Amino acid sequence: MKTSIFAAGFCAIATMTIAETPVLTVYTYDSFVSDWGPGPAVEKAFEEVCGCDLKFVGAGDGAALLARVRLEGEHTKADVVLGLDTNLTHAAYKTDLFEPHGVTVDFDLPVEWGDDLFLPYDWGYFAFVYKRDAITDVPANFKELAASDLKIVIQDPRSSTPGLGLLMWVKAAYGDDAPTIWDGLSDNIITVTKGWSEAYGMFLEGEADMVLSYTTSPAYHLIAEQDAGKAAAPFEEGHYLQIEVAGKVALTDQPELADQFMAFVASDAFQSIIPTTNWMYPAKLPKDGLPEGFETLITPSKPLSFDQEKVTENRSKALAEWLTALSK
Amino acid sequence: MADRTFKITPLIWAGFGAILFLLALIILPLMALLWRAETPAALGAADLAAVRFTLLQATLSAGISVALAVPVARALARRRFFGRGLLITLLGAPFILPVIVAVLGLLAVFGRGGIFSEMLGWIGLPPVHIYGLHGVVLAHVFFNLPLATRLILHGWLSIPAERFRLAASLGFGPRDVARVLEWPMLRSILPGAFMVIFLICMTSFAVALALGGGPKATTVELAIYQAFRFDFDLGRAALLAGVQFAMGAVAAGVMLWVSVPHAMGAGLDRTVERWDDAAGWLDALLLVVAALFLIVPLGMILIDGLPYVLSLPTSVYTAAGRSLVVALMSMALSTGLGLLLALLVVRLQRGAVLVETIGYVTLAASPLVIGAGLFILLFPVVDPVALALPITALVNAAMSLPFALRALVPAVREVEGTYGRLADSLAMNGWVRMKLVLWPRLRRPLGFSAGLAAALSMGDLGVIALFSDPDRATLPLQMYRLMSAYRMDQAAGAAVLLLGMSLFLFWIFDRGGRADADV
Repeated sequence: MKTSIFAAGFCAIATMTIAETPVLTVYTYDSFVSDWGPGPAVEKAFEEVCGCDLKFVGAGDGAALLARVRLEGEHTKADVVLGLDTNLTHAAYKTDLFEPHGVTVDFDLPVEWGDDLFLPYDWGYFAFVYKRDAITDVPANFKELAASDLKIVIQDPRSSTPGLGLLMWVKAAYGDDAPTIWDGLSDNIITVTKGWSEAYGMFLEGEADMVLSYTTSPAYHLIAEQDAGKAAAPFEEGHYLQIEVAGKVALTDQPELADQFMAFVASDAFQSIIPTTNWMYPAKLPKDGLPEGFETLITPSKPLSFDQEKVTENRSKALAEWLTALSK
Repeated sequence: MADRTFKITPLIWAGFGAILFLLALIILPLMALLWRAETPAALGAADLAAVRFTLLQATLSAGISVALAVPVARALARRRFFGRGLLITLLGAPFILPVIVAVLGLLAVFGRGGIFSEMLGWIGLPPVHIYGLHGVVLAHVFFNLPLATRLILHGWLSIPAERFRLAASLGFGPRDVARVLEWPMLRSILPGAFMVIFLICMTSFAVALALGGGPKATTVELAIYQAFRFDFDLGRAALLAGVQFAMGAVAAGVMLWVSVPHAMGAGLDRTVERWDDAAGWLDALLLVVAALFLIVPLGMILIDGLPYVLSLPTSVYTAAGRSLVVALMSMALSTGLGLLLALLVVRLQRGAVLVETIGYVTLAASPLVIGAGLFILLFPVVDPVALALPITALVNAAMSLPFALRALVPAVREVEGTYGRLADSLAMNGWVRMKLVLWPRLRRPLGFSAGLAAALSMGDLGVIALFSDPDRATLPLQMYRLMSAYRMDQAAGAAVLLLGMSLFLFWIFDRGGRADADV
């Protein structure tokens, strides 16, 4: 009897605290919040310091996330949006939904970061991944790849983030010659998939010699599976850079918490979670450095990227070229 | 039936309600997207190419699936052999697999490194090149041949045993049986089967792209994705979805118009016995080839995933439980809607084709557009995320409605045609009529459509990609999450769990419906 009274009292108090706990809502892409992504660890770490309830809401991938935020417009429930990348930030900027984050950090990014609206939290390079024991002549650039008999599987830029990354990669490296490169690659591309998972699955099943992924992909196999058999091919043209960012929603009803979260994103606690859950490079190196195994990854000679304003313009042009070359 | 007066019963009212509800589900999301569009909508040349490719691959896929399914269904209908029941259940399997799993299973057989290519290598032939239009069609046949077989098999089993008896006593050979008994049945079944498969293939996107080998294989659904994600052009997405609906509606209308209801007359529900024994080895060969075509890729999926099923994280099992609830909700909704519509279609003297077309055209819905449209509609009123699971169940139910209609409309029509007058003359109405006349004869198609609806819902990623609740993932979503976290092995395990659960659901309901079949 006593215990039940105690339990009743406890419940009452617990309900009261829950009612008073402020909630910070963070929209992100689905794989961030999955059990195997950074979400659970980030939530735990932030809730330890914020006295709040951090609520992640997942929406497809980066592009779906932006679409969702645009659909919600200024009535969005999001306080922070985390998971847009540098191919999307210009479109996100034009929504007028975000405000400067006010966090100053000395980022460890391969390029200068001058955007005060979006805060980088991790980054990576797109790359073609292969199995070491299956390929002896690893192509050193797009032209060698096009000239080889190697079969590759890529993702469709219209439905996939890495697919769009490859489009921009070729465009950034070759500019007006991009159509020639796509012409050359067309007999190497066995197929184009809807998303990264299909392509990567097909590659692992031995359907293709190489797959479009990230330079960090081999780290997963090495660290989580103790398999050193996968590698990313360094390309002389340089590699297209993907920087993932978080943005503070201007009309948030939790401005202080949102600020606190933005600062937390740049902190060690958040950054040290990223490498082995999101399998990307942290935007600010944690004190303990990168996890063991990351030193085996290739470091591209030259990061490629576009100015944000140029992204949208180049995107449509590159897509048209890609469609023409591969539809022949 | 023409002399019977059209009475508007509560069931008919409910049928009209169901039709309005479906129309709302189809049209409102489109309107919502158009309303929110920032730029006026227009279609371009690329969209026309997408329409052309969509029609081409869907026609080929449906045509070949149905053409192959006829002999297979006939062989299944007239042969009794060990494992027949199991084979019939397995026929449900490819169809309910998540796309990505089925594609990987097919590639394990027909891909560059697949066992088929390997076998060709033994006799010195180059590996098969699966990517292209033929690959798309092959995959769609893999998905839909079993479904077509099941639908056509229903037709065969609906020919009363007494007709075959009579045929035998009249000395009919196989050709006569085919001409007098089987052709009229096929004439009424095939257009519908073709149409359902055509509609499924029409909205295919991931399969068409992955096996089509590149952007040549752009379907309308992919163009919708591009409009929504790449350009955030809501108007164009809605317009394309409208085009997709129009294509579906035309296809459904034409097929329903072509289809001729057959009047085989009543039987005493005896088990069919056949005397026109023709070419047993041919049937056997057909069945073996068809079974291998279906079972080998499924086997590869099992081999890949089985070792990981027991070591799956608990969150996957929790997701499986959630999917089960969604599947059962969707099953109840779909079967209920299907029955209401079937009764309405059969009773209506005019407009029946229109009503049935609306029921079918849900299959041509773009999940992305419905999802986004519902999101726009719900967002100002409630939190769409909180409703993610019920919405999934609802949309899944609408999408499996065509199968329910395919199975139920001919069945109801036949029952009403055969026993309707007798029931009328006995003033049998409402529940009594349902219980004594309809239920015993609708059990089989009801069981089939319930099983299919449940299984389909189990494997569907659904409309919730845009507003999934991280803490309430369904099994397919959890499987995709495993994949996007590089955990392909565990994802394969989750796929096997999904396949097992879907098949079990399908089997339970289908079996329930066929409980009297083998007496």
